[in-house]
Amino acid sequence: MDAGRRGEFEGNRTTVVKKSDREVVVTRTFDAPARLVFEAWSKAEHFTRWWVPKSLGMTLRSCEMDVRTGGKYRLSFGDGMDFFGRYLEVTPPSRIVWTNEEGGENGSVTTVTFEERGGKTLLVMSELYPSKEALDAAGTGAQDALHETFGQLDEFIGTLGQ
Amino acid sequence: MVQYTESHFNASFAALSDVTRRGVLEQLARADASITELADKFDMTLTGMKKHVGVLEQAGLVTTEKVGRVRTCRLGRCRLEEEAMWIERYRQLWHARFDELDKVIEELKLKEKSDGRRKKR
Repeated sequence: MDAGRRGEFEGNRTTVVKKSDREVVVTRTFDAPARLVFEAWSKAEHFTRWWVPKSLGMTLRSCEMDVRTGGKYRLSFGDGMDFFGRYLEVTPPSRIVWTNEEGGENGSVTTVTFEERGGKTLLVMSELYPSKEALDAAGTGAQDALHETFGQLDEFIGTLGQ
Repeated sequence: MVQYTESHFNASFAALSDVTRRGVLEQLARADASITELADKFDMTLTGMKKHVGVLEQAGLVTTEKVGRVRTCRLGRCRLEEEAMWIERYRQLWHARFDELDKVIEELKLKEKSDGRRKKR
């Protein structure tokens, strides 16, 4: 039971906090300078390798990304499932802001910042939805696909005490 | 999805931030238990356990019912499912992505090392 005190919310753990009923914030620390984290995020050849983890059970057909302020991106999974939007702000190596337009007017705006601290990089990603309803509805798609492979509530409860 | 409020979320996550309370939830997932049983199990005073159960109850993660002198606790399954699951699914997605991102970054680091000091942009 003491395992939880070992620093569960430190190190490279992914933490998720719901800031408000329309904003979710994810944090994670990477053991590398910000320029490398930014590079892995902003070049399609690197991005495609981690954005669609195997456990998602999905295959990316194509990925176009023009990571510049005003640039566009489009991820295609086939069967007409596309994710696309525009980069509102790109400041290497510290900040990328983009829209998620596949959801129409319910689309979120994502802001990711890379803050270097002693050779490590704190990544903070915020997803801001236009309304509470839009955020609630965002559980469909990728999250549901992943959820299938992770099992149900009972398994989740099993992890609570670890 | 079912309606919920920000304060519900905050209460839930404050409740889940404690290792004993997560242990209590895990225990109640297996079987209902009285406060006395939980206190024994976690080697705590009755008062201490009452406080933990109180926090879980406030967050809607646990419900209690007093029959005679015994207060029985059970999992507030619905609330957990609605609230914590949303975040947990979200976290799992990003956890999976970031683990892969770690590998990509590790390769970039090695490449940078072997390339020597690269020109800075």
